[in-house]
Amino acid sequence: MPVQPFDRYQEGAGFLHRLDPRVKVVLTALGILSNVLIPDGAWSAFLLTFALILYLTHLAKLPWGFVLKRSLIILPFTLTAFSVIFITPGTTLTVFRLGPWSFSATHAGVIRFLSILARGLLSVQMAILLTATTSFADLLHAFRHLRLPRALVGTLAFTYRYLDVLGDEAVRLMRARQARSARLPGVSVRQGVRWRGKVTGAMVGQLFLRSLERGERVYYAMLARGYRGHIYTLNPHAMTADDWVFAWVGGLSLLAIQLLARLDLLLTP
Amino acid sequence: MPITHPQDHHPLPLQSQLQTDLALDIKNLSFAYPDGRDALKHVTIAIKPGERVALVGPNGAGKSTLLLHLNGILQGEGQIRVGGLTVEKKNLPVIRAMVGLVFQNPDDQLFSPTVFEDVAFGPLHMGLDEDEVRTRVEEALTMVGMTSYAARLSYHLSMGEKKRIAIATVLSMHPQILALDEPSAGLDPRARRQLINLLQTLPQTQIIATHDMMLVREMCSRMIVMDEGRIIADDATSALFERVELLEAHGLERPDC
Repeated sequence: MPVQPFDRYQEGAGFLHRLDPRVKVVLTALGILSNVLIPDGAWSAFLLTFALILYLTHLAKLPWGFVLKRSLIILPFTLTAFSVIFITPGTTLTVFRLGPWSFSATHAGVIRFLSILARGLLSVQMAILLTATTSFADLLHAFRHLRLPRALVGTLAFTYRYLDVLGDEAVRLMRARQARSARLPGVSVRQGVRWRGKVTGAMVGQLFLRSLERGERVYYAMLARGYRGHIYTLNPHAMTADDWVFAWVGGLSLLAIQLLARLDLLLTP
Repeated sequence: MPITHPQDHHPLPLQSQLQTDLALDIKNLSFAYPDGRDALKHVTIAIKPGERVALVGPNGAGKSTLLLHLNGILQGEGQIRVGGLTVEKKNLPVIRAMVGLVFQNPDDQLFSPTVFEDVAFGPLHMGLDEDEVRTRVEEALTMVGMTSYAARLSYHLSMGEKKRIAIATVLSMHPQILALDEPSAGLDPRARRQLINLLQTLPQTQIIATHDMMLVREMCSRMIVMDEGRIIADDATSALFERVELLEAHGLERPDC
């Protein structure tokens, strides 16, 4: 049985785990905004942000390399920004020739590319920190109480609840197919890609129908308990002094990073 | 951040305002599915408060369909009164609090991320205030012996645990009638025993749709046999168990020993 393989929550008792999820969600969003707003080449600001993330990792009692390792998954995506090296105007560093074409890498282009890389990595690290220290149920609560659209939060909640139920169903279907994929000795079976495709297609259809029927039963179960179009939740969290302090300190740190970034650029023309 | 609650909820009617001589009164109920298939034909049942009634019959007899009518999820022709209140659109919010429907598959019933939220779902949607909701969740989980499970994720529970939580999700609404669809299906003997013991401690009027004839003999003094959407027989369990040929004609078996 898969045990929530997509859930990135790390059970723990660090300071970050105890914080109100609303504070964490808002600060993560602001943090990502701050990363985006750091101008190209403001290395001190990028470094300071990274130091902040490392410090939070420490507060969360997670291993030092934790966010760094996990954030590497976005590297392939940042490569899509590779072209900025060649299309940003500026002093030419080197020229690559490829058949009839030539590409000139510019100084400004390289700086822009590295900055995009840094923004991507830092932002993903922030998100990783959030999901590692906040359980999914808490995240949903935070979203609801931050007035995110109900339909969106509801969809997320049901996806989380039923993804594994659906996964189990898919595994059972696959086992049933394997159990009947017999072959007699000496008989060659000609089952081409088309046939396999047909079987797989039928299975996907089955899964879809089963989900549809389950959705209907879940809806009945909700109606039976008084559902009339709105989902209400209790807030199991209350803002403590710690939460407010962290919110202010976090917010001011991000502001400081922005100021530093501007100063950095002013001083090194 | 304050939480807004629905303002349009109806307070539960006082006991004294209701005719309480019958917990459930179904008269001449018929229902056809949208595809034209008849699911219920002229069903008439009267159940007194505190009775525990078994609803038996082969698959497709209409047992689950009947249960879905009790709190107005499906609406057929005929009349249903729950505690003297007619099941119709304007009464539905009240009726849904009065009839606790426990579905066969707890994965359908437990749709919230955590156990606490699932048990709180009913009371919250009845518009109760926060303290009352918490009290009721605590109380319902105590009744089913699962207090330590409040923060757990439903997906990780065993079948027996899920069934008991599913019952807690309706107990928190303080229902007068429990309508259970196949409560013992898919349980191992120990979980089944725990479930039976639990149901026997609950004071509510109970309607149990089941194939588990041992459970019927142990728990229900009255038995209703259904087949093809009709009521075939409605009598004391002990009397019906003597009519072996009737049971067998409708795909049922008398429990041995």
